[in-house]
Amino acid sequence: MLPALLMIAVFFFLPVLAALGLSLTDFDIYALVRLDNLRFVGGGNYLRLLQTPLFWKALGNTLFFVIAGVPLSITVSLASALLLHSAVARGKAIFRTALFAPVVTTLVAVAVIWNYLLHTRYGLINSLLGLAGIHPVDWLGDPNWAMPAIILFAVWKNFGFNMVIFLAALQSIPEELYEASRIEGATGPQQLRFVTLPALAPTLVLVSTLTMAGYFQLFAEPYVLTQGGPLQSTTSVLYFMYEEGFKWWNLGSASAVAFLLFLLVLAVTMAQSFVFRRWSEP
Amino acid sequence: MTVTGARSTWPRARRLAVAALVCCLAACTESASGELVLQFWAMGREGEVVAELTRDFEASHPGIRVKVQQLPWQGAHEKLLTAFVGDATPDLAQMGNTWIPEFAALGALSALDSATAASPLVEKEDYFPGIWDTNVVDGRLFGVPWYVDTRLLFYRRDLLAQAGFAHPPKSWDEWREMLVAIKRLPGAEHYSILLPLNEFEPLLLLGLQQEEPLLREGGRWGNFRSQGFRRALGFYLEMFEKELAPRATNTQIANVWNEFARGHFAFYITGPWNIGEFKRRLPQELQGSWMTAPLPGPEGAGLSSAGGSSLVVFADSRRQEAAWKLIEYLSRPDVQRRFYALSGDLPPRRSSWEASALSGDLHAAAFREQLERVEPTPKVPEWERIATELRIVAEQAAHGGLSVDAAAAELDARADRILEKRRWILEREAGQ
Repeated sequence: MLPALLMIAVFFFLPVLAALGLSLTDFDIYALVRLDNLRFVGGGNYLRLLQTPLFWKALGNTLFFVIAGVPLSITVSLASALLLHSAVARGKAIFRTALFAPVVTTLVAVAVIWNYLLHTRYGLINSLLGLAGIHPVDWLGDPNWAMPAIILFAVWKNFGFNMVIFLAALQSIPEELYEASRIEGATGPQQLRFVTLPALAPTLVLVSTLTMAGYFQLFAEPYVLTQGGPLQSTTSVLYFMYEEGFKWWNLGSASAVAFLLFLLVLAVTMAQSFVFRRWSEP
Repeated sequence: MTVTGARSTWPRARRLAVAALVCCLAACTESASGELVLQFWAMGREGEVVAELTRDFEASHPGIRVKVQQLPWQGAHEKLLTAFVGDATPDLAQMGNTWIPEFAALGALSALDSATAASPLVEKEDYFPGIWDTNVVDGRLFGVPWYVDTRLLFYRRDLLAQAGFAHPPKSWDEWREMLVAIKRLPGAEHYSILLPLNEFEPLLLLGLQQEEPLLREGGRWGNFRSQGFRRALGFYLEMFEKELAPRATNTQIANVWNEFARGHFAFYITGPWNIGEFKRRLPQELQGSWMTAPLPGPEGAGLSSAGGSSLVVFADSRRQEAAWKLIEYLSRPDVQRRFYALSGDLPPRRSSWEASALSGDLHAAAFREQLERVEPTPKVPEWERIATELRIVAEQAAHGGLSVDAAAAELDARADRILEKRRWILEREAGQ
């Protein structure tokens, strides 16, 4: 017990406290030269961030990504898990592997491929839309479409992970329940509603919490595909923090961003667990 | 900027530990036979080819060995800063000349004035003045130019002729006329010029061409509301409003060379590396129809930026003299000609251009002319960040979100905010 607590203290609370301390100063490149160029600014970084339009924009972009991406991702994972699990599915092993493959491929490599697929004039996606008579969409160049494109990419990239978790949960639902419900005369949709989904509830809670926490930390996709553009429509909070800290060496300000994001994810996760607890209580 | 002073002693112990560790890892700098070993950091393509030159240097300087470490450009700035923090800087390095004010402010670099004055090999008068100037911070020299990089016009002669012009533009007015005429040419939907919205350079160049400096009062405040900059911004935005330039980033135009070959645009502002790329990537039948030209200015021949890399010696190096010898060697015109053959980088000295393959190169001629008219960007450590804001605000304005005056005011507000700490430090120094 004690060693575990010690580990958590050293590797979690200490860095958090250090970040908190750093976020109250204006540590930057000048402070690297001489420590007396370091000023204690108290809540100054936080105040300035709350007045920085780009920070709010990054927060808005991230929330958009979470609110649109998480439900979509979970729906796609669940649907593909149910499809793979159904009795009529053929070639399960092949499909399971194929759908899981994007999860284990390097993000940068698939991002390059997607860059080609999304290309306005020569991309496969627009060619297909063109066949359907839809005008080409400037996926990564139009501020209105860049984030949806990133969401599509992110969902495609990691729905396989949750799918595998759902599959495992589906396989652990006792067959007797389905037999009993069939004898009672339940149709397929009714089985899904009264047997499968309630049995999946704990898994659903776990998956949505994990996915939510992960999606708040959106960084690599815009970093590789759009560098936060066009018109900063894909700048996420984490991308903003990265630029603030490692490009401009405003480590004080970057720590403040990290701390704000930490508080936000903490609040959302707590609200989520509260809602789920209320929901699961009879 | 004289924030140099004494290096702080904070966390001395940790820095020593890091230094010791780096030493152990880098197999300390005295080799077994007692000769000097110089640590030299170089980036990208230069890092790949420079070893060939340092081999010859070793042959002519027994007792000195050079260890070249290659850094990728992507992480170079970060790595140099980290090395400085950890007291693990090399003896000398290649450094993008826009970073020099920053590292000079940190006190990381040795001043090279006296060494240059005494050197028979590094002749200040032989260098393009604008390039030399990028290495001078507060009247002191912190680097020697190694190669130069400036941007100018690459254009399609055939499309220009089709629009009724026999020569490239000599002034903004003439340029504007050409842009409009090319836009009107019959054929598929096309533009006249590519000004990628993910680059700050095109607008920066137009701003550098003005009388007024980009920052005022010794780099304490932004000067973007000046009449000159607003004129530059107006011209830049006009190109988007009239659809002479596409509202696009480089990443959207997957293959600039293809699009240039298709006549999707006739002008492109870019740098010397594209001479080779254009020769390699444009189809054979187009090879006679593209050319380079110096940038036109508001009233006539225009300025461009003084980019490129310099060679710097670090203040912490214990082998300053040997490092200087290597810089002298790499500055020799005959060595620079070889370096050009190896890398394609343009030499910073006039005598290096003479009698080289460059002097006969049709496409390089415009660069040779432009190099006599280049201007450094403001020499404050914060410049890189201000340039980024310049790009962001320009992109918003190009998309029609801001008027010229609103964009200029926004730029000044952002620059002033970024420069706040610099003002505080300068004020404190003045008070001491």
